[in-house]
Amino acid sequence: MIRLRNMKPSFWNNKDFGTGPFKQLFDYRRMWLLAVGFSLMFTLVPMLSAGLFDFMVTKNAMERELFQRTARLVSNTRRSVTFFLEERRAALEFIVRSNSFKDLKKPLQLSRYLKALQVTFQGFTDLGVINDKGIQIAYVGPFELEGVDYSKQLWFREVLLHGVYVSDVFLGYRQVPHLVIAVSHKLQDGSAYVLRTTIDTIQFNSLLADLKLDKDSDAFIVNQNGVLQTASRRYGKVMERMTLPVPEYSARTQIEEVTTDDGKWLGVGYAYIENTPFILLVIERKDDLMSSWYSTRTRLLLFMFVSTMVALVAIFSVATHLIKKIHLADEKRLVAMHKLEYENKMASIGRLSAGVAHEINNPLAIINQKAGLIQDLFLLKKMYAKDEKLLDLVEWILKAVKRCTAITMRLLSFARHMDKHISFVKVEKVFDEVLGLFGKEAEHRGITINVEVGNDIPLIESDRGKLQQVFLNLVNNAFAAMDRGGKLSVKVERENPDFICIVVTDNGCGIPQEALDRIFEPFFSTKKKEGGTGLGLSITYGIIRELGGKLTVQSIVEKGTTFRIELPLKSRSKKMENK
Amino acid sequence: MKVLLVDDEEELISAIAERLSLRGIEASCAVTYIDALYQAKIGAFDVAVLDVKMPTMSGFELKSKLQEICPDMKFFFLTGHGSAADFESASQDIGKEYYLMKPLDINVLVQKLREVTIK
Repeated sequence: MIRLRNMKPSFWNNKDFGTGPFKQLFDYRRMWLLAVGFSLMFTLVPMLSAGLFDFMVTKNAMERELFQRTARLVSNTRRSVTFFLEERRAALEFIVRSNSFKDLKKPLQLSRYLKALQVTFQGFTDLGVINDKGIQIAYVGPFELEGVDYSKQLWFREVLLHGVYVSDVFLGYRQVPHLVIAVSHKLQDGSAYVLRTTIDTIQFNSLLADLKLDKDSDAFIVNQNGVLQTASRRYGKVMERMTLPVPEYSARTQIEEVTTDDGKWLGVGYAYIENTPFILLVIERKDDLMSSWYSTRTRLLLFMFVSTMVALVAIFSVATHLIKKIHLADEKRLVAMHKLEYENKMASIGRLSAGVAHEINNPLAIINQKAGLIQDLFLLKKMYAKDEKLLDLVEWILKAVKRCTAITMRLLSFARHMDKHISFVKVEKVFDEVLGLFGKEAEHRGITINVEVGNDIPLIESDRGKLQQVFLNLVNNAFAAMDRGGKLSVKVERENPDFICIVVTDNGCGIPQEALDRIFEPFFSTKKKEGGTGLGLSITYGIIRELGGKLTVQSIVEKGTTFRIELPLKSRSKKMENK
Repeated sequence: MKVLLVDDEEELISAIAERLSLRGIEASCAVTYIDALYQAKIGAFDVAVLDVKMPTMSGFELKSKLQEICPDMKFFFLTGHGSAADFESASQDIGKEYYLMKPLDINVLVQKLREVTIK
């Protein structure tokens, strides 16, 4: 929190933006917000939307590709499975068409066919002929099934109706999964008979095993009740119900997205295999398939994040820097304007007082001479008796004139030095002139003024008027800080061969540290309510710097304040004279 | 010793003239530069005391005109302007003894007048 406050630029809390129609020009916070806002809008919005667009496009492409892959796989496998069953059905069809019912009933003939089928196709376990009453009239195979009555069974009615039947997978007598394929054949007399075979599903399984799936993918067949017809890797064993829901019927290959109970995201491709109870399912775990996409996505997001951060930092710092500059420039301009105004004011006061002083000086001179003449007459002419009382009065008039003269002289001297002019100056004399202006006030308020001047203070090359202004300001401040009975001391000493040092110390109220830090800042004033402009010390500081000197301050609250001026013996530059 | 006082304030110079005459110095007054030049032609003055700031002609201009008439004449300047320190720097050109401040101490004037005329 503290660090955040330190980072706040100086203009942030600048509430002093004046009044009038142009006050928005000085609302730096608003300016900053606008700059940052617009920059952010014009950088981040295009960047983020481009990023987002790219993100969506890439993601969609990846997903579509994945779907297509699954769909292809499903279609191909369906074709294989269909072909597998169709092949076997066709074989049975061939047998019934190429033989008469009479021949087929012969066990020898039937077993020859079974052998042939086993050699050609593998997986054929048995072969039976069933008449239209549902009685198995001939059978070759490992069991004794001749004479079994199938008439009540559903499949039998089905095969008579549709001409072909493929059963669900079931566990045969040897606990091996089997399925039944049956075809019916109509005889010329209108009756029909059925050729039925049992096929073990080893071949059927190997069809799916040949698919070369990823280790996380799965392909298997279920019946329409969701019972697994072939083994699956993850979703149940043969003859169990699979753990996924049975997909809805569709004549074409379909892809669905399924989220399992444990939160896995699956792509399920399926196809209903025509004329069979089978549904082919290909399951791909999208999470794993998309992992390459995830790493791309992470990189993309990271890149977006980093570039957003860089843009943010850049925008913030550039905006802050610029607004700071503007703020500084405005402040400088304001200071310059105020300084000019202040100097103009001082010059006007100077001219006014000079005019007044000069005008008063002439009648004063007359009073002086007339009173002098009266004095002369009393002293020198015998015709006027020596009247002590009147002489005394004249004396008083002359004294008063002298005092007036001192005042007008001082005023004139101030006015004279308003213009910039470098000359040889006796510092203590300038100080005496300034202190003279405060003489009466000091007397009234019981303030003692003590001036100590070292013996080795030479004339210095400086601007007399400026020095007067500086001393006047410092003494004025000291007087404002002191109560009755205060002490003001001024020390002028030679610091080193190139500098003299003037120390003005008062025992007034002092300045607290936080004000001391800002004391030379323009417009910083603790006397704003009493009409302080906050310019006095900043101008004083400026003048001392202009004269090539240094102004420092030390203060203890309730103990007093010390201002220390260092002034060079030689004027720093000739530029000042040309100004 | 004869002294010519020139200032546009008649009351001032007349009082000074009277005070000088009380001290045995003969003084004439001139309120305008025309009067001053006229008097300079008639009477032989040893010293002229000129106000620096007068209407129509400054004391310095008047000085050079008077010098044409009486080359031996000595000059004092009276001024109501500036501080003591100012004079020190300004009077370096003309010479300290020739520069006097208003309001004027009559004893200072008498002393200066004596100094110049003795030389």
